[in-house]
Amino acid sequence: MTRSLPAVVVNALLLAVAAATLFPLVWMLSVSLMSAGETSAFPPPLLPWQPTFANYRELFARAGMGRSLVNSVILTTAVTAVSLVFNVAAGYAFAKLAFAGRDRLFRVLLAALVIPSQVAMVPLFLLLKHLGLVNTYGGVIVPAMASIFGIFVVRQYALSIPDALLEAARIDGASEVRVFVSVIVPALGPIIVTLAVFTALGAWNDFMWPLIVLGDTDLYTLPVALASLSREHVQDTELMMAGAVLTILPVLLVFVVLQRYYMQGLMLGSVKE
Amino acid sequence: MTRRSAAWWFVAPALLVIGVFFFLPVVAALALSFTDFDIYALADPRNLRVVGLRNYVQLLRTPLFWQAFGNTLYFVVVGVPLSLGVSFGAALLLHARVARWPAFFRTALFAPVVTTLVAVAVIWRYLLHPHYGLLNYALGQLGIPAVDWLGDPRWAMPAIIMLAVWKNFGYNMIILLAGLQSIPEQLYEAARLDGASVWRQLRHVTLPMLAPIVAMVNILTIAGYFQLFAEPYVMTQGGPLQSTVSVLYFMYEEGFKWWNLGSASAVAFVLFVFIFALTAVQLRLTRWRAAA
Repeated sequence: MTRSLPAVVVNALLLAVAAATLFPLVWMLSVSLMSAGETSAFPPPLLPWQPTFANYRELFARAGMGRSLVNSVILTTAVTAVSLVFNVAAGYAFAKLAFAGRDRLFRVLLAALVIPSQVAMVPLFLLLKHLGLVNTYGGVIVPAMASIFGIFVVRQYALSIPDALLEAARIDGASEVRVFVSVIVPALGPIIVTLAVFTALGAWNDFMWPLIVLGDTDLYTLPVALASLSREHVQDTELMMAGAVLTILPVLLVFVVLQRYYMQGLMLGSVKE
Repeated sequence: MTRRSAAWWFVAPALLVIGVFFFLPVVAALALSFTDFDIYALADPRNLRVVGLRNYVQLLRTPLFWQAFGNTLYFVVVGVPLSLGVSFGAALLLHARVARWPAFFRTALFAPVVTTLVAVAVIWRYLLHPHYGLLNYALGQLGIPAVDWLGDPRWAMPAIIMLAVWKNFGYNMIILLAGLQSIPEQLYEAARLDGASVWRQLRHVTLPMLAPIVAMVNILTIAGYFQLFAEPYVMTQGGPLQSTVSVLYFMYEEGFKWWNLGSASAVAFVLFVFIFALTAVQLRLTRWRAAA
């Protein structure tokens, strides 16, 4: 194998950038296994002197992070499942079914993508308070049950489904719901997985809205619980790291396994023009 | 069920959710920003008064709002070019024909993007610790004195920018990489036949071909960076000396700590109008440049 100078430089640089990128994540794992107080040393230790799961035990036994883990799993699952049904149905209709004002409506939705979601937060809070949803799972789930981005991504993909496929099913006497369930959903398979991964990671990582709408510690999601923990226990670095691992590891695993689908969503989402 | 009514049944649930829980609140936010909605109105809506533009006038007279605006601008003006620069450099490396294991490196460099911000902020707070942090240790090895990253008003925002660049560069890297891959190979071959060096190929083939994507990525990143919130919330709580209070952090405290919901709505609207105007100007500039 020939090793030209450019090849060595490029690969050395790649290696350096990858090391710098991954180091904080790998170190997080290492620090989470250290005993209490071990990080208060100089130079900072890279590996635990004696690996221990004590921080994780503490996290579940005393810091109540088990509860937050359950909350995060429930909320992420619910948001993903419901929004997937609503977004896929709407995206399909915008692509393939004719109805009055369809294109104008779609343009309005697209234009609204420039509005940052935070603009809606104050009145949304008041609305949900009025509906009795503040401090409940519903406060997180209900506003996230559909998204313009989701509808957009599904519509772009559904445009490529040949009309002949739909007509064939309709001639066979299939109802519109039947066409949707047995023709459209299978044809949209890949984009449904993409959107599911995107939505799930977004819901899991979401911070500002759950922070606002969930006041009760028993309802905290992992990011909210970790933020509150880190504001109280500024000194307990090892415990914090275990909390960080618990929060990050699930999303990293999902990403690594399904990254092909995730990257596709990223490309679709960036071609907004 | 006819086909036409079926269509409405398919779009109705999603449109209802977006209408009631997004469009309605956005319109209500504008209305609310003209009222003195506060904790008393929260208890009893009869305490609500319409005050016209008073919230906006008051805001422009609040030094902390201007500071928050300045801090956010600092984050955008320094953070966005740095982010894009790192993204572009990484994309070029990944695109190089001599790069080994491109799939592995792509995944590795992208990993921070999918991580939870609050959790990585916890890691970075330790990396940046004034006494026990690895960054100060490394600087010490180079003979550079320790920096109190999150405790010094001059360094807190640069530290947050470092975290943001590390966390976000992978996103634009992937988009720019796709752009690089879509440039026809013939263009490079033609340039090489003309004897163009690697540097000249970059300047006269890669950059012009990539310009539309860079412009788009730039606009989206600027809009995203204006929404800075979680980083200061977890890392510095807006401090030290309010040097990391961002516009959204200011809005959050105004609205959900002090319950001045009318004023918080005004903050949200000022931010929105600013982002919107900036995006519009950039789009106009991009088109004008493309036409020229």
